[in-house]
Amino acid sequence: MMAAAAKALMLRDVRLLLRRRGDALQPALFALLVVVLFALALGAEPTTLAKVAPAVLWLAVLLAGLLALESLFRGDAEDGTLDQWMLAPVPLAWLVLTRTFMHWATSVLPLLIATPFLAELLHLPRVQLPVLLASLALGTPLLSLIGAVVAALTVGMRGSGILVALLALPLYVPVLVFGAGSVAAAAQGLDPNGALLLLGAGLVAALVLAPLAAAAALRIALS
Amino acid sequence: MPPTHTNPPLLAARGLAFARNEQPVFGPLDFVVDAGEALLVQGDNGAGKTTLLRVLAGLLRAEGGEVDIDGARATAVLRSRAMAYLGHLGALKADLTTLDNLHFFTGLHGRRRGQMPGNALAIVGLAGYEDTLVRQLSAGQRKRLSLARLWLAPAPLWLLDEPYANLDLDGINLVNRMIQAHLREGGAALLTTHGAYAAPPVRTRMLVLGRPA
Repeated sequence: MMAAAAKALMLRDVRLLLRRRGDALQPALFALLVVVLFALALGAEPTTLAKVAPAVLWLAVLLAGLLALESLFRGDAEDGTLDQWMLAPVPLAWLVLTRTFMHWATSVLPLLIATPFLAELLHLPRVQLPVLLASLALGTPLLSLIGAVVAALTVGMRGSGILVALLALPLYVPVLVFGAGSVAAAAQGLDPNGALLLLGAGLVAALVLAPLAAAAALRIALS
Repeated sequence: MPPTHTNPPLLAARGLAFARNEQPVFGPLDFVVDAGEALLVQGDNGAGKTTLLRVLAGLLRAEGGEVDIDGARATAVLRSRAMAYLGHLGALKADLTTLDNLHFFTGLHGRRRGQMPGNALAIVGLAGYEDTLVRQLSAGQRKRLSLARLWLAPAPLWLLDEPYANLDLDGINLVNRMIQAHLREGGAALLTTHGAYAAPPVRTRMLVLGRPA
């Protein structure tokens, strides 16, 4: 039953994405533009760029994910689908987790795949690339899960686009600190594993807690 | 519980009341719905018909009172097994085809024994529209698609909020035929209406909501 519901939801989201391919590319294009703007503003000096590359890449991915966050539950709330989710014979938290995973897989995962190219654009030393990718792989699902709680809290409000950002960004700070910090540590020849393990621990905790919190928030927002 | 009842009613409400911002919206209400029965909830606009259905479905928290399903206190799990809800919003994705919309809901809710999305579309008169995007359908056709979704739901208790809205005469007859067939299989239905339509020819109880004094 739970597997069937998750499969139906994933299939639906993939079909919706294929129907609106243009929308799907927007986060990736946004991240590309942010990176290019930073590169233009900082000048073509490879050593300067290499120094800020991890922070710029982390910020670009974080902001791109934030852009897509508002639409996480909005459409389903507006057309009444969320009512049907609540009456489904599977836990609402499970549907929230599936939806959040699909949001991550469709809006952030393409960015992760593009990261090696963007890193090249910013002259990131190749030895730091594995640490950067590991930190993004652990950190971005954590960002999506935290964002899901915020998106669920604000789903009942009108024009909540900027509010989502204002609420989510402070919560993103620790993830950004440890994510960009792990690469910075590696750049200085320090061991990045501590920061990565903390991100991993945060991800495990959020995998369990965030869907429950988001589900409770959705119930409140819709009543 | 009167001793003449061999089975507990499918749905029973005792003292059910709801208030919004400490303003009473309806209640306290007492009613039962047995299998094979329809409960017609009537009332003017703003009398709380939609709110009553949302409270019964567990989408809103009641201010007081109890809801029993099959003699047991209603929980989220019991509700999800027993209830299918048709609201004002169709819960349809405009960018998906009619058939894809139905497939999503059968994946989420399961489906009535022996029924498939394809023949549900035929029942509601949308045969031939399988690959049509919902955004290209008229309001009445969308309503019919919502009815097909309802028909596919395995739940015995239908909560129908203004099921006749947007439908032509043929569509109104369709709703009545569906309710009749559903009740014959041992289901039950609650339907709200503001009284302008013919009720289905089934065993019907009435509940009239007025504005609380």
